[in-house]
Amino acid sequence: MTQKLVIIGNGMAPGRMLEHLLETAPDAYSITIFNAEPRVNYDRIMLSPVLSGEKTFEEIIIHGDGWYIQNNITLYKCHKIVAIDRAAKTVTSDHGVTEPYDKLVIATGSNPFIIPVPGANLPGVLSYRDLDDVQAMLLAAQARSKAIVIGGGLLGLEAAAGLKEQGMDVTVIHVMPTLMERQLDRSAGYLLQKQLEDRGIKVMTKANTKQIIGEKRVEGVELADGTIIPATLVVMAVGIRPNSAMAKDAGIAVNRGIVVTDFMQTSDPDIYALGECAEVGGQVYGLVAPLYDMARVLAARLTGDTGAVFKPVDTPTKLKVTGINLFSLGDFAEGEDRQEIVLRDAAAGVYKRVVLRDNRIIGTVLYGETADGAWFNDLKKKQTDITEMRDTLIFGQAYQGGSPLDPTAAVAALPDDAEICGCNGVCKGKITGAITAKGLMSLDGVRAHTKASASCGSCTGLVEQLLKVTLGDAYNPAAVMPMCGCTDLGHDDVRRLIKAKQLKTIAAVMQELQWKTSCGCAKCRPALNYYLVCDYPGDYADDYQSRFINERAHANIQKDGTYSVVPRMWGGMTTSGELRAIADVVDKFAIPAVKVTGGQRIDMLGIKKEDLPAVWADLGKAGFVSGQAYAKGLRTVKTCVGTDWCRFGTQDSTGLGIRIEKFMWGSWTPAKVKMGVSGCPRNCSEATCKDVGVICVDSGYEIHFAGAAGLDILGTQVLGMVKTEDEALEHIVALTQMYREQGRYLDRIYKWAKRIGIAEIKRQIMDDADKRKAYFERFVFSQKFAQVDPWSERVSGVDKHEFRPLATLALEAAE
Amino acid sequence: MNAMTKNWVAIGILEDIPLRGARCVKNGDMTIAIFRTADNKVFAVEDKCPHKNGPLSQGIVHDGCVTCPLHNWVISLETGKAQGADEGATRTFPVRLEGNAILLGLGSGA
Repeated sequence: MTQKLVIIGNGMAPGRMLEHLLETAPDAYSITIFNAEPRVNYDRIMLSPVLSGEKTFEEIIIHGDGWYIQNNITLYKCHKIVAIDRAAKTVTSDHGVTEPYDKLVIATGSNPFIIPVPGANLPGVLSYRDLDDVQAMLLAAQARSKAIVIGGGLLGLEAAAGLKEQGMDVTVIHVMPTLMERQLDRSAGYLLQKQLEDRGIKVMTKANTKQIIGEKRVEGVELADGTIIPATLVVMAVGIRPNSAMAKDAGIAVNRGIVVTDFMQTSDPDIYALGECAEVGGQVYGLVAPLYDMARVLAARLTGDTGAVFKPVDTPTKLKVTGINLFSLGDFAEGEDRQEIVLRDAAAGVYKRVVLRDNRIIGTVLYGETADGAWFNDLKKKQTDITEMRDTLIFGQAYQGGSPLDPTAAVAALPDDAEICGCNGVCKGKITGAITAKGLMSLDGVRAHTKASASCGSCTGLVEQLLKVTLGDAYNPAAVMPMCGCTDLGHDDVRRLIKAKQLKTIAAVMQELQWKTSCGCAKCRPALNYYLVCDYPGDYADDYQSRFINERAHANIQKDGTYSVVPRMWGGMTTSGELRAIADVVDKFAIPAVKVTGGQRIDMLGIKKEDLPAVWADLGKAGFVSGQAYAKGLRTVKTCVGTDWCRFGTQDSTGLGIRIEKFMWGSWTPAKVKMGVSGCPRNCSEATCKDVGVICVDSGYEIHFAGAAGLDILGTQVLGMVKTEDEALEHIVALTQMYREQGRYLDRIYKWAKRIGIAEIKRQIMDDADKRKAYFERFVFSQKFAQVDPWSERVSGVDKHEFRPLATLALEAAE
Repeated sequence: MNAMTKNWVAIGILEDIPLRGARCVKNGDMTIAIFRTADNKVFAVEDKCPHKNGPLSQGIVHDGCVTCPLHNWVISLETGKAQGADEGATRTFPVRLEGNAILLGLGSGA
């Protein structure tokens, strides 16, 4: 009989527990998860890179929606459990769902601790715990104003560095005399403070927050000594508290956290707890490695393995701030029974300290140079007697046994059971074994197969060295990220060589640039096709077999293999006749869903591929052309009603939007391009988060670019101000052409702009009239070939094969 | 697969399929994707990615593989197996060329 397993919470610990459980006993339980957050399981320790802009949310998802479906797990998102009925063995959510359980797992994690000072609940005071906090911080950062982080621990400093990276003026307030005092000794804390200050982050230690001031929202922080620091954003990162209230209400034993045995069982034998909410042997845990260990133990217990127990080990601490290297492990307080070895290199900003007791390592602090962390960790874990190497110990592993060796030799000398990836508990032998057995050649390969370096990434260097040690010269980490596995060249090199060598077909590019595969792959072929379309508009014959299906079928593929169709509505304007034609098409083809898009037009979803040409024929009769809602090309130009109707409008924003769209439709670009034109600074068309936007003012047109409102959220940069509509069009077209010629395939304008630099783009488009005109003319030339409505082409018979089955077999042949 | 019980059905000619492309054959409820690779080999696999049933016929064909249009799984046309770190397989069917006619092998053995 399948037992019912109910899990409260959907964080990293229960996620890992389920991975183990599904691996050993996929059918043992029918599983239901209640998650108070509205999302799937993601890697919480990677929130800092999301905040600093080094990663996107998509990149840190651990289990996507598909994973739950595949494994038959019912996931209730946004359901907070309000009651556990232990007698009836049920749980009930705030939306009224009641679910019976045989075994219950509580994994409610922790809550951020908010210091109870006046003003702590003002708008603008945030904690740093989940994606909502990060998104709120990113939004606040757009104002580029002042932020205060209260708390100079791990989380607080990562938040401070991220906000600084986003352009804010950041002050860290810390109540203790040195930063990260729980993980670092004073010397390392001092070096850390200095390095943060060098980056422009202000640090105030021994600073006690008295209150947060502000009328309607945060205006600043007042310290106990009366100092007032102004700020529009305050992030509290002073610690966490296990979230155990629910368990307490249910009458389960709770101390600081939910009290569990060393195999995660609470005082109720059918209820388990793990993660940050659990207290084992009087300790609660916050770092990922022990939580993953709890996950392993609980999964084993749930599948009947009575031998598994949780044994706490010291976990090294690392700060995930790019460019700051620190490592701390174990106990490094001073004491009579202890000795220490210290190495300082002031010029290099290096500090190393190893604390010994009975000639064995009990603690280590490394700052500036942390490569030997794994080695010290291994010596400590094994309680190795270091008497023999005492004189050279502090210099690291490379200096043991004679002359200094190269860094890979140090890694090579590590024993197979030395832990490399602390987050996922992956040892050296598992990594080298996977490299050999699976023929892995890259970091990504190792991540996919072993999970090493796939969480916080701080062991990436070690994993790369292991690749080098195992593969020898065959491992070749290119400095430039290659386009794909088919070549060692990066996008920029390929684009440059296409022009320099006058390569005009995909086959020529692959031959001349020595592609390693016979006909490329799904990554490089669409990119090359775009580069050639862009560089040789008149000569190059577009290779449809190298386009993604959406651009080949001129519609958007949906998850069930049907398509969606979006006709152009110039500048978002439409008529009764157009709407009637759409209504007729929807009825005639029984189109199941019709939706208004964010780009001010209408999407018809669920159309069978075979029906597409007939749908387009009917739309074409009403005057519609393809909206290219599927293209890496010009999508929409969103407008407001401007001077036509609006009492605030300063210019004809609708007219300008339509003019831009009619001028630029059909052009292919490295990634999609969405524009907006607003008739006044109230900005109803949201032009300041578009790839290109215009804000009309009385004196003319302010041109914006490089905004984003997708995976990343980014306000636009101002390109410049022009006086007339003609000038606005010329500047926008020239800017787009510059991006078309330089952008890497699939990079939106903001990524290109970040690489080239706003100043350089301004110089070429605003200041250099000759350059601007040349860009403009090249765009106009390319439009001669691009402005062909693909729908009417297909209605008249082009690419018929694309929309018809090759054959339909008689039913008897189908058995 | 037992060739004796196989029923070879002519479904079209090689030129009906674009080079490095695919066409579909409807066989009752099932759709079979017929691929033509750059070196003019033909392959037949069920038009369903092992990941989330994406229509493989709509993907980009490269070497002996197709990349699924939904989530970029790469499927071997010869074996139907997912490549790289992904695991899973889609059903394959025997197919052969007689001159330029494409014959698809169906029947009790399939």
